[in-house]
Amino acid sequence: MGRAVSALLRKELRLELRTPQVIPAMALFGVTTLVIFHFSLQRDTVEGDLAAGVLVVTLLFAAMLGINRLFVADHEEGGFDGFLLAPVDRTAMLVAKALALTGFLVVVELLLVPAFGFLLLGPAMTFELLWKVAAILLLADAGVAIVGTLVGALAIQTRARDLIVPLIGLPLLVPVVIGAAKALAPALDAAGAGALPGRWLAILGLYDLVFGLVAYAVFDFLLED
Amino acid sequence: MYGSRLQTLAIASVVTLAGGFALAAFYAPMDADQGFMQKIFYLHVPLAIVALGGFVFGAYQAVQHLRTGDPSRDLKSYVAIHMSLILGIGALVTGSIWARASWGKWWVWDEPTLVAFLIIFLLYCTYQPLRFSIEDRDRQARYASVFAVTAGVFTPLNFLAVRLADPLIHPRTLDSQDNLPGEMRLAFLVCLLGMALLYVTLWKFELTHKHARAQLRSLKRKLGAADAARGRSAAPEATVS
Amino acid sequence: MAAPPTIELEGLTRRYGDREALSDVTLTLEPGATLVVFGPNGAGKTTLLRVLATLLRPHGGTARVLGHALPAEAWRVRGKVGFLGHAPLLYRDLSARENLAYYARLHDVPAARVEELLERVGLADRASDPVHTYSRGMVQRAAVARAVLHDPPVLLLDEPTANLDPAATHLVDELVGKGSGRTRVVTSHDPVGGLAEADVVLGLRGGRAEIVGPPSREVGRDAIGALYR
Repeated sequence: MGRAVSALLRKELRLELRTPQVIPAMALFGVTTLVIFHFSLQRDTVEGDLAAGVLVVTLLFAAMLGINRLFVADHEEGGFDGFLLAPVDRTAMLVAKALALTGFLVVVELLLVPAFGFLLLGPAMTFELLWKVAAILLLADAGVAIVGTLVGALAIQTRARDLIVPLIGLPLLVPVVIGAAKALAPALDAAGAGALPGRWLAILGLYDLVFGLVAYAVFDFLLED
Repeated sequence: MYGSRLQTLAIASVVTLAGGFALAAFYAPMDADQGFMQKIFYLHVPLAIVALGGFVFGAYQAVQHLRTGDPSRDLKSYVAIHMSLILGIGALVTGSIWARASWGKWWVWDEPTLVAFLIIFLLYCTYQPLRFSIEDRDRQARYASVFAVTAGVFTPLNFLAVRLADPLIHPRTLDSQDNLPGEMRLAFLVCLLGMALLYVTLWKFELTHKHARAQLRSLKRKLGAADAARGRSAAPEATVS
Repeated sequence: MAAPPTIELEGLTRRYGDREALSDVTLTLEPGATLVVFGPNGAGKTTLLRVLATLLRPHGGTARVLGHALPAEAWRVRGKVGFLGHAPLLYRDLSARENLAYYARLHDVPAARVEELLERVGLADRASDPVHTYSRGMVQRAAVARAVLHDPPVLLLDEPTANLDPAATHLVDELVGKGSGRTRVVTSHDPVGGLAEADVVLGLRGGRAEIVGPPSREVGRDAIGALYR
């Protein structure tokens, strides 16, 4: 299992380094979304609830691009068959893809969160604020990565991949949006950063756990034929 | 095998539902704040609860389908979700009418139960398009079941998240049974039972219909009639035993 | 005690929707023997290979590979078959070396084996270039190296020499040809070459086994030609 996961992860990393497609697209799309928020909200700065919402929505939409592309190379170039022929646990694919997607999201956030700070966020980016944002986003990323891997694998074999991913993915991720937005709002408040709301972190953690188990239980059925 | 039991079931659900509505109209007391409009409660809440129950039932059948590979389980799951979607539309419409009557707005975002229901409804709306976009029928059935299981687990989790998200400003007379006076509760429970019976009747009816159609097709095939070209379909086909 | 037959099929059936891609195929293949599968396009040749490779599950009948029943014991078969289909199963943006290194890790094969194979298929000098820069023949050679990477006792080959020039055919033959000492299932459209290497011939038409048996007067070019009419 560990060997297969590391083989898959290395391959994933190599592909993205060789022809960077997913991460630049996600980052660019994210920055554009921030600019669009600036004009559509007609605000130069945002804080509190609004800031949390803008950041979460931007990251979620960027994530949709990554989910759409997650299995394309494996599907079109036969990587699925190659993987299925190997004597390894099929769960390795789920674990490796979810880890890869988490990695993509983290890299994109490393670019987008500072961009958000410069472009739109009212309160100054302090070290303490960044630490809180990082903790919340990491929990949210895990949920997005698990559900994204599941939905990406579901959609890749359909004729309408680009439609299926957001149609199924967005409603499934509503609890993550709620949890992340609620947890981020006090941290991004203008009146000074509030404490981390433990309840919403617990909700995010619960979501990650439950969908981790669901994905583990059903993922094999998406691979076999 | 289906016919006679279906008839009994249909009569039982009509009688129970009519009885429940009669109780709601004449026996249950008028609500002090909302007046007659509150009576829609006896239609709206059973619709929503039975629809959600149907989604979970569909997920259960999907689990069985994945475990056993029995295609009839996929058909049962499909019909369960299909019927729940129809009841779900009813629940959303009646909920909206009720919101209009009691708060003056067609839609209220701070009623978490309704919002959570909408999210689940939107998710299940993608069930048919998902099926339709997969041509191979075995794969279609398998993927639909994966979806049904995932969405079935999502249903309670989503309720938890949405409910926590809203500060509880509204008194929840609607869901906590303790706040219901005895007469209201009796009428409500009869309505709920009637709605559940109606759901089961519709579910069985649709299954019977699909079986009959599959049998007819197989008989035609045996008689040597040219098999009508089957287009791409989202619906699973019943297997003829 | 004699080794069990490498491949045993009994009434094997596989459907796609209503259509039976394979129906009621029965045959036995002894260790080290070569089965050549003939048949027009859509006859079920590729489906048969994919079922034997555990990529498709049988819908009816029984299939045993190396004594293990499919699909129940598919996990025992994986890693013991080398599969060479129409698709090379190589990532186009990675080099041949990176692709093989990836599969070597999946199959737990030492990295030295990758270099050895790159040498044997004549790709050593281009091994660091991405696969999408290769000619079709080079892709096929890289795919052959991928298929035999884990030294499988059973080979499933879908027209292995279709895109190759004579020199490359010779290189590939050493690895997956009759002399490779493996049990082989090979699909072919070429009655002369196919019959020459066959120990058992399977002729498929519309998913049915029209011909099963060793080459003989009855199982010859005429019978194979009839499949295509």
